[in-house]
Amino acid sequence: MRYLPLSDADRSEMLRVIGAGSIHDLFKDVPEEARLQGPIHGLPMHASEMAVERHMTALSRKNMVAGDVPFFLGCGAYRHHIPASVDHIIQRGEFLTSYTPYQPEIAQGTLQMMFEFQTQVARLFGCEVANASMYDGSTAMWEAILMAHRITRRNRTVISSGVHPHYVNVAKTLAQFSEDALATALPELSAEPDTDRLIGKIGPETSAVVVQYPDILGRITDLTPIAEAAHGAGALLIAVVTEPIALGLIKSPGEMGADIVVGEGQSIGVGLQFGGPYVGLFACREKHVRQMPGRLAGETVDAEGKRGFVLTLSTREQHIRREKATSNICTSSVLCALAFTVHLTLLGEKGLRQLASLNHARAGEAAERLAAIPGVELVNDSFFNEFTLKLPVEARPAVHAMVERGVLGGVSLGRLYPGVDALQNGLVVAVTETVNEEDIDAFEAALKEVVR
Amino acid sequence: MTVNPSGWRPSAPANEEGEAHTVTGNRALMLEEPLIFEIGSTEQTGVDFAEVLQRGTRLGGLERNREMGLPGLSEPETVRHYTRLSRQNYAIDLGLFPLGSCTMKHNPRLNEKVARLPGFADVHPLQPQETVQGALQVINELAFWLLDLTGMHGVAMSPKAGAHGELCGLLCIRAALEARGDKREVVLVPESAHGTNPATAAFAGYRVENIPANPAGRVDLEALKARLGPDVAAVMITNPNTCGLFEPDMKAISEAVHAAGAFVYCDGANFNAIVGKVRPGDLGIDAMHINLHKTFSTPHGGGGPGSGPVVLSEALAPYGPLPYAAKYPDGSYKLVEEENAAEEHPNAFGRMVAFHGQMGMFTRALAYILSHGADGLKQVAEDAVLNANYLLRSLEGALDAPFAKSGPCMHEAIFSDKGFAGDVNTLDLAKALIDEGFHPMTMYFPLVVHGAMLVEPTETESKASLDQFIAAVRSIAVRAKAGDQSLKAAPVHAPRRRLDETLAARKPVLTYREPEPAEAAE
Repeated sequence: MRYLPLSDADRSEMLRVIGAGSIHDLFKDVPEEARLQGPIHGLPMHASEMAVERHMTALSRKNMVAGDVPFFLGCGAYRHHIPASVDHIIQRGEFLTSYTPYQPEIAQGTLQMMFEFQTQVARLFGCEVANASMYDGSTAMWEAILMAHRITRRNRTVISSGVHPHYVNVAKTLAQFSEDALATALPELSAEPDTDRLIGKIGPETSAVVVQYPDILGRITDLTPIAEAAHGAGALLIAVVTEPIALGLIKSPGEMGADIVVGEGQSIGVGLQFGGPYVGLFACREKHVRQMPGRLAGETVDAEGKRGFVLTLSTREQHIRREKATSNICTSSVLCALAFTVHLTLLGEKGLRQLASLNHARAGEAAERLAAIPGVELVNDSFFNEFTLKLPVEARPAVHAMVERGVLGGVSLGRLYPGVDALQNGLVVAVTETVNEEDIDAFEAALKEVVR
Repeated sequence: MTVNPSGWRPSAPANEEGEAHTVTGNRALMLEEPLIFEIGSTEQTGVDFAEVLQRGTRLGGLERNREMGLPGLSEPETVRHYTRLSRQNYAIDLGLFPLGSCTMKHNPRLNEKVARLPGFADVHPLQPQETVQGALQVINELAFWLLDLTGMHGVAMSPKAGAHGELCGLLCIRAALEARGDKREVVLVPESAHGTNPATAAFAGYRVENIPANPAGRVDLEALKARLGPDVAAVMITNPNTCGLFEPDMKAISEAVHAAGAFVYCDGANFNAIVGKVRPGDLGIDAMHINLHKTFSTPHGGGGPGSGPVVLSEALAPYGPLPYAAKYPDGSYKLVEEENAAEEHPNAFGRMVAFHGQMGMFTRALAYILSHGADGLKQVAEDAVLNANYLLRSLEGALDAPFAKSGPCMHEAIFSDKGFAGDVNTLDLAKALIDEGFHPMTMYFPLVVHGAMLVEPTETESKASLDQFIAAVRSIAVRAKAGDQSLKAAPVHAPRRRLDETLAARKPVLTYREPEPAEAAE
């Protein structure tokens, strides 16, 4: 048992010091009938590193690896190249095996990195402050809705039809148990989202308007008129960003008047990992910081006057405020936030702009070629690295048929919106810098065959 | 532009007797490091890209037209910056990290290796299900072993952390109550509970009431029974509790709660003490989250990501959230999500997260469970409890141990500051431990013990490591009882002296701001 350092001699000696006859004496508070006699039934006995690795490797081989095939999936998780040094840094034991920095004198590495992360996220989103991360984009969005509720003391939220349906479902689930009413709508396969209709739903009771940017179909909308309408009604604008690389090329939500900007940071530094762990981003105006959920690192000085960082404003948090806390969150996604920060530091503003340009150029090329296939239409007027195609057939079987041709060709709207007839022919296609010419060729050929 | 040509230099250490100044402020391997905003530039990058042939953009007229101020560094500078920062952190890889209730155990590197296999790391959550059978099998296999280890009926795998699991469990309870048309408003939480318990209950829309502890550090069964009634939805219990004690009346508590029509939620943060030895399902528990990052050794990573699957009793299992990975008789796996929920799982209360939970943690936890096996996990619990009792008995003469007379502790031992002289307190002892090369224990928690020190060594500490810790605590305790004022200055050997937390909260500086240029522009 390679993870256990005690020898039998140690155990006997320790029991002697304790004054116990056997290990069973230490479990005497556990009622006899609740104690298992012998090892638990079913689970095999301990196994060597080699045996476990063999089993896990066999399981991993049952999956189709994104990097092995032409790959075009997005919708909230994006495949980008991660520089090797990112994984090297996050595997350093001092980061990997440390805990929440409750003892700041011996946790400056994590705390300074959190402060750098907060600053990067705030600047990327065009906001004044950001927290040290949330679980993921979907839970960050729900926390933003609750935060707007606390700030405005209103509980009616208007969610745009362009918000990721899983994010909407998380909000709908939790709204059942809070006192929040959500107005939601299904998207339409139109070139631009219907901003006027969204604005029309804002009323004097509205706490917040939630808009995804770019949206679930990849469309990019000016948030300025929505922000103005929301503010005119005393409501807040919450923007949701699931592809932060886009902000290397397009205006930030904060610049356009968003009060709270949340997002999924997976695109920067964090692998696909079948959906998690990811890293929720959360930024807002400084005046609202005391209503913000989650951990915050702040600058201070030590007893010698040297600059240092600590966890701060913890009077918002559950371990102090208990049932009056702004949220029950007790973790953040620090290691993923570290990956984000290292990757964004490697990129810098120049690299981020280049990366974004590369994505946009590749996506433009792919959109043009795919939309030239007879019967296939490009839905979007605008997009960054993701766009929606309207196929002449249902997209869901088309996706499966492309798998048979060795291509992972996008996400069907049928998967995301089961049962919504008007969306069944929609296929959302993401094209990042990891896609090359041959991948686009293969996709084009496969799509041609399956829509024939 | 250079983001900030601030010319930041590490401040030189105070001129203490015997300590030589250095020009750099560095002290040999203790290296000062500025912020990326002070050393990077928006024009510097550590990544090379191919030339882009941009043939017009389709960005809806929303092209960015101002700079964000994101500094870049070359690769060697980036690696050095974060390596230097890493060295200012304490970590389980460096030594004993006895944070009570946090289970800081060794993180096996095999688990890191398997989580990085391309078949797990490079798979998209929305890939067609025929292309992710291995991933679904991992989720299903882990779920199976979690049920085996807990004796429960169902498990929700998607919660992202312990507190998220608590929320999931309470929402199952709420859904089950609503299904029988029973509207209840109150959740009872012991005074000694983790802060997340009352916060979660409030988050789920419940009113929180405390239940008192008895003098032996356990839930006061009679007081609990007296409070139970038709308005109580659930009781949230931590077992073993936050005083490190097993609740011997757990079955009686469950029976009383069930008789009152309510449910028992168990905070599983302390499962490490009983894994492989006791099945929570046998104690009448209805829902319990399992912190994979505690009991099953997935790395804490500086405070996350965690993972908090929730095991559910027969009464609650039908209400668990979407999605989950189901195994079919033909050996295939399928996600049950919104689309097929009506046939497969019609009473699900909804969805907790965008995708399927913390897959990267599932692979690690599964590798850990298979490595230890049934015999190993039982030994984990026994060694964790043995180590904690060894500390308790070795230190009870040096520090006040309020429940030492109650009998053996489980995986953690609690001490108080009783007997410290003058104004010396728990914080001072903790900071002095830093100078001795240890991470301090959990301080001032649980709230039911004055100046609490909660020590959880875990099973991955050797006897030699514990003996060194015992010697350090004993020596500091003697100084604390003598009112030694030098403890107030601790730590003196850490990268930083005590930090001013009041200043940080009073004037929050949460992001970097470029300083005003020294010479004002004309």
